[in-house]
Amino acid sequence: METLWFCLVAVALAAYVVLDGFDLGAGIIHLGVARNDEERKQVLAAIGPYWDGNEVWLLAAGGTLFMAFPSLYSSAFSGFYLPLMMVLWLLMLRGIAIEFRGHIDSPVWKPLWDVVFTGASALLAIFFGAALGNVVRGVSLNAKGEFFLPLWTNFGVKGEVGILDWYTITVGLLAYVTLTQHGALWVAWKTQGEVQRRSRRVARIAWWTVVALTILTTAMTLNIQPQVGANLRLHLWGSIFPIISVVSLVGTWIFLRRSQDLRAFLCSCGFIAGMLASAALGLYPYVLPSSGDPSLGLTIERTAAGPYGLRMGLMWWIPGMLLAAGYFVFLYRHFGVARFSPPRDEA
Amino acid sequence: MDSAILLHRLHFAFTITFHYLFPQLTMGLALLIVILKTVALRKNDQLYHAAARFWGKIFAINFAMGVVTGIPMEFQFGTNWAGFSKAAGGVIGQTLAMEGVFSFFMESAFLGLFIFGEKRLSPRAHWASAFLVFLGSWLSGFFIIATDAWMQHPVGYSLASNGAIQLDNIWAVLLNPWAFWQYLHNMIASVVTASFVMMSLGAFYLLQGRSTQSGRIFVRTGVVAGCIASALMIFPTGDRQGKNVATYQAVTLAAMEGLFESIEGAPIAILGQPDMEKMRLDNPLVVPKALSFLTYQRWEAEVKGLNAFPKAQWPDNIPLLYYSYHIMVGLGTIFIAIMAVSTLLLWTGRLYGARGWLWVTMLSLPFPYIATTAGWITAEVGRQPWLIYGLMRTDQGASMNVSAGNALFSLIGFMGMYTLLSVLFLFLVGHEIAHGPEAE
Repeated sequence: METLWFCLVAVALAAYVVLDGFDLGAGIIHLGVARNDEERKQVLAAIGPYWDGNEVWLLAAGGTLFMAFPSLYSSAFSGFYLPLMMVLWLLMLRGIAIEFRGHIDSPVWKPLWDVVFTGASALLAIFFGAALGNVVRGVSLNAKGEFFLPLWTNFGVKGEVGILDWYTITVGLLAYVTLTQHGALWVAWKTQGEVQRRSRRVARIAWWTVVALTILTTAMTLNIQPQVGANLRLHLWGSIFPIISVVSLVGTWIFLRRSQDLRAFLCSCGFIAGMLASAALGLYPYVLPSSGDPSLGLTIERTAAGPYGLRMGLMWWIPGMLLAAGYFVFLYRHFGVARFSPPRDEA
Repeated sequence: MDSAILLHRLHFAFTITFHYLFPQLTMGLALLIVILKTVALRKNDQLYHAAARFWGKIFAINFAMGVVTGIPMEFQFGTNWAGFSKAAGGVIGQTLAMEGVFSFFMESAFLGLFIFGEKRLSPRAHWASAFLVFLGSWLSGFFIIATDAWMQHPVGYSLASNGAIQLDNIWAVLLNPWAFWQYLHNMIASVVTASFVMMSLGAFYLLQGRSTQSGRIFVRTGVVAGCIASALMIFPTGDRQGKNVATYQAVTLAAMEGLFESIEGAPIAILGQPDMEKMRLDNPLVVPKALSFLTYQRWEAEVKGLNAFPKAQWPDNIPLLYYSYHIMVGLGTIFIAIMAVSTLLLWTGRLYGARGWLWVTMLSLPFPYIATTAGWITAEVGRQPWLIYGLMRTDQGASMNVSAGNALFSLIGFMGMYTLLSVLFLFLVGHEIAHGPEAE
């Protein structure tokens, strides 16, 4: 039962990253690929109807984590206090930048929100990557399963670690380039003309850095967290996840060369999902390893809610999520997969 | 009190108070928009369609504010109240996750459809999207109230050997007797806020002499809905909620009413200031025996005063509790008066020309917000010193590993961020109001 919930939380989180990832990525490239107001409206219109629905996945994944693994939720959220608060502020700034940009047509107002949109998107991508890096590396847990991380210490990965060290920064950068590519492919699919041409170019450049950083990060991870390599050898079927990632990455390149944007984008989704699934399998049954004594690490058994709650949760969670997926299939169909014109009055 | 705990409390109090300025409008407004759409559909009246469209825009801005300020609420259970989340997450995680899964997806999907889809949808489908936004937001309210009600009156749980509070019966949590009346009281309060806002803006347009046809629709809808809702606030929902407090939190009732000594035939205080040094109510203006009657339906019944309870169980800020409760009840009474006069004028066909009274209705705008906020302060300060009533004290629930300095850091950050949000919000709403309902 705990394992099942581990998988469901992982699926919800992966769905969040894949979905909100493309609008974060669109934010990262916003200033670069769109040079004038007309082009910028195209980028915003490409994510307009979707981005806030995508963020709901963060809430749903967070709520699910809270319900299924309350001790993990309380330990991780209080321990990562400072970066989480900053993530909240960045999410707010980004939301208001998207929503409020179109309300006044002024050369002072719009560029301001464009810069906020790009800056907040880029920082969020790096923060989310660094957060994943922290979870893989492990944190300085005490016997009660609590910790509190400063933003940085000496940038080393052993002992008194901070949020940022050379490993988590590398993962942050990998997240940044991955979401840049992801967002660029989405924008390329949803737009035409100059914006599309530039987005494809960004995606091609990003692709090489994704390859380089993926190799580097994988090597570092196997070295820092031996659990990951051991788990993949233990569950050989699990090598399907890294294989999916590699195949998807190759696929992204092939479709990018042929300018088949939608297919390239779907390959990018596969790459992200495969990487996250590999990380989740690599950590199992840990959900938050310890950077000191390995036995202090938090496992799914130690942090799960009571058996009745987990069983009851299953009864409503799965139908509820299917229902939610139904709304979105309806919504995406209704607005069509075609290019979407800006809905807000841009007066 | 330890300063870290005080800061964690202020952190939650500040962010939740600011957050709830927005949902209290949107939940009620969702219902009023459904009503406007229904009339529009039945009469095929373009003005009602325009009114629904206009309020849809106001709704969307408030909804966006509610979402961006709501995300930190869910996070704070983990970040600032780790002790509480660790112990009780098995129970309240259920209701909070239900809110995410059942309400947020529905609201965000159909709000998009309602705002952007009017031209593409059939009128009936557009009505249905408005209805689903309403349903989603009222479901969302229910799950939050069920969470709060469990903290006020915990049910359906058992204690595990490691001290964790485990869920035993999900139906008991969802059908908590506290939740039922609190939910109705809260949702009708939201309708009161929305009605006053609609009426007030309608009066503004009438007084300005522009968009007067829409202004009349706003005033009419606001007055009719507000009259019904204001009455329901006091009876039965407020009355029954009060009886819940008397049954399950008797010491809170004594503190709310400023009743220091137990007494038979207890009076109800209309005015007066609790004096915590001399343990009495200064400058009291009371109605004799009324409290006994309202609580127990007998004029001579005994009501327990604060002296009947050990001091360790008293709410830790009795004056704040007393004042917020009295502000809520006082304003609630005034709302009935305003709505009764407005209904009478509407009935006799004089309301749209009664400029003096239109001024009163226009200026009444902030008061439902104050009343609702005061009501929530009553509920949550009244719960003190408990985080989960009778089960966990507030000072046991905060994150021990987050120091006072770090809590202050993020509190200051939120204050800055919310100041910015307030400015942008007022600006945008002002922009829509200046634009008017009959544009396009």
